[in-house]
Amino acid sequence: MENAAPMMDYLLLTLGIPLAAIPLLLIVGHHRAGGHLNTLASGLGFLASVAMAREVLASGPSAHGGGLFFVDAFNVYLIVLTAFVGLTTAIFSGPYMAHEAERGRLTAARLRLYHGSYQGFLFTMQLALSTNNLGVLWVAMEGATLSTVLLVSLYRTPESIEAAWKYFILCGVGIAQALFGTVLLYFAASKVIAQPEQALLWSELVRVAARLDPTTVSLAFGFLLIGYGTKVGLVPLHNWLPDAHSEGPTPMSAVLSGLLLNVALYALVRLKTITDGALAHAPTVASPHMAGYLMMGFGLLSFLVASLFLHRQKDIKRLFSYSSIEHMGLMTFAFGVGGPLATFGALLHMTVHSLTKSAIFVTVGHASQLAGTQRMEQIRGLIATQPAVGWGLVIGTAAIAGFPPFGVFTSEFLLLTATMKLWPWLTLPLLLGLGLAFAGLLRAVQPMVYGTPPEAQRPVVANMWPVLIHLALVLWLGLAIPGVLARWFDAATRLIAGEGVL
Amino acid sequence: MFFAQLPIYEQAILALAAGVLLLSFFMLAHPRIYSVIKLFAWQGLVLAATTALVAFDSQTPHLYISAVLTLGLKAVFIPWLLLRMVDKFEMHHELDEIRRPGLTLLTAGALVVFCYHTTLPIAELLLAITRNVIAICMSVVLLGMLMLVSRNKALTQVVGFMTLENGLFFAAVAVTKGMPMVVELGIAFDVLIAAVIFGVFFLHIRQSIDSLDISRLSRLSEAERE
Repeated sequence: MENAAPMMDYLLLTLGIPLAAIPLLLIVGHHRAGGHLNTLASGLGFLASVAMAREVLASGPSAHGGGLFFVDAFNVYLIVLTAFVGLTTAIFSGPYMAHEAERGRLTAARLRLYHGSYQGFLFTMQLALSTNNLGVLWVAMEGATLSTVLLVSLYRTPESIEAAWKYFILCGVGIAQALFGTVLLYFAASKVIAQPEQALLWSELVRVAARLDPTTVSLAFGFLLIGYGTKVGLVPLHNWLPDAHSEGPTPMSAVLSGLLLNVALYALVRLKTITDGALAHAPTVASPHMAGYLMMGFGLLSFLVASLFLHRQKDIKRLFSYSSIEHMGLMTFAFGVGGPLATFGALLHMTVHSLTKSAIFVTVGHASQLAGTQRMEQIRGLIATQPAVGWGLVIGTAAIAGFPPFGVFTSEFLLLTATMKLWPWLTLPLLLGLGLAFAGLLRAVQPMVYGTPPEAQRPVVANMWPVLIHLALVLWLGLAIPGVLARWFDAATRLIAGEGVL
Repeated sequence: MFFAQLPIYEQAILALAAGVLLLSFFMLAHPRIYSVIKLFAWQGLVLAATTALVAFDSQTPHLYISAVLTLGLKAVFIPWLLLRMVDKFEMHHELDEIRRPGLTLLTAGALVVFCYHTTLPIAELLLAITRNVIAICMSVVLLGMLMLVSRNKALTQVVGFMTLENGLFFAAVAVTKGMPMVVELGIAFDVLIAAVIFGVFFLHIRQSIDSLDISRLSRLSEAERE
């Protein structure tokens, strides 16, 4: 293929820029320029990913680097999303972390570690998304945990160390199950694919899926679901998530919630495709839709449990991390339902959730710097003190709770329609969960933004551009999805569900 | 099928697999932190020996590299790192007692039976040898998890976590003759980084609560905290 060469270059740039930035920032990350350098690296990575997306949309799916990488409409969209949220969060993180350093919460060494790990995290996520090898996918997912675990404990308070330990052990154990699942899958594949180097390639596995041993594959999917499900934050494996999100620095919460959870869900969707292929012709072993049923069950459970837990939270970041669990549950459910409409809705929901949630965490970061605490009962009168932060929180919460005309409403509406078509009775728990979450969020946010501010509360230096851009995009997606994006999502839907909606 | 009727290679694999499982049981119940780490090093050694044996028998040279990696990481580097921590914090005689050793061991036995039962459907497609090995690998994984929940000290929890990974390595080697090289290297790199991060963590935990007793890290919970 003649345009394979520039494609490979863009791919290498997308991966190489963050990789090269890691050692650089580990050395100079504590200088004033460290934040700018972090933004610059993220910006260049974003440009490379957009150039790559253009190539993919023009030429279709393709494998590179001797089959090690594979890009199609599905993963390249997540690559662009990851690079974009990585960029806007980096823009926010520069002044925010400088402020934290001024307050004396961070030393120069920790600031270096922070910036180096930030790029390390972006690199591992882009690697997980672009790789074709399921083993490398596992390595990259584990790498994403490793690069963020020291960031969760960055402030070195007893709480943050506890949260980081919990994150490390729970995600480590969880992801170990995924490795066992990968070994089982490799075992099943090695009976069908002759060359051992090819037997873990996703594109090969999909091609021969019908000939894989269904028993082994279904057992493997069970382990993989537990493993990557821990990272998605599915109940009952979600315990690490609220702690890690609430104790780490805010930019980290934004990228963990907006991006890492997506990448783990992406891995599950890819594996579901293989499992469905293997089980389609073996109705004696398990239901051919076993993978979908499991994802629906865990997704719905997470969705309902998280929307109940929303009501009990006292910490503002924990509140929004439970909202993340709720939305990830909804997406897992939707991918489990399958079919073009639900898949399209889930893809759209991944995008709008990432954009809205990272915008909310940025706002929450400013709000807690303003009030000097993360406890919701002590955060009051945000609009009176600093209207930009207060209104940002109001609009962000309205968007994430599913108010029209924001994009979250559109995707949730699509998901409800798809559910009503295929599983009419499941619409009831979905509506119940949406209502519960809506009430939980508004009940908590309303007194924080209105009410009288404490005497000593003063505005902080806040860069609200990332929030404004994200929320404007979400609004745009809710009012009218641009044609090129709709075709893009449709191409991804066709890859996952077999047929498109347009 | 009788053990003695199997080819000598299969006998050796089975014996080594049994050794790995036995060492897991020892680690589960041993109260002294120092000895648990030493047992862990032995398990790493047995694992490396198994990998080398499979490499020799199946003529797959890349498995030798993975045997060397296992030997270096699991039998030398990680135990050395953990023992250095023991030296540093002067914990040579410190105990990490489990509350009900009998019950824990019985649970462990039940888990092994459960693993044999779960892997039965797959085993029908396989030779008897793989059936045993796959069940033992899964048992080692679950015993590692049991160790994680029954231990209170950070060091023994890390050993539990690493035995769990030993079980996975063993599965990869014995059942599928190792993973592709790029994956093996990636996994080894991750384990190395994880070990270093654990080392950093011990210092942080020690600084913040003046002990390595994880049960005292309990500020975060769903309940209201002040």
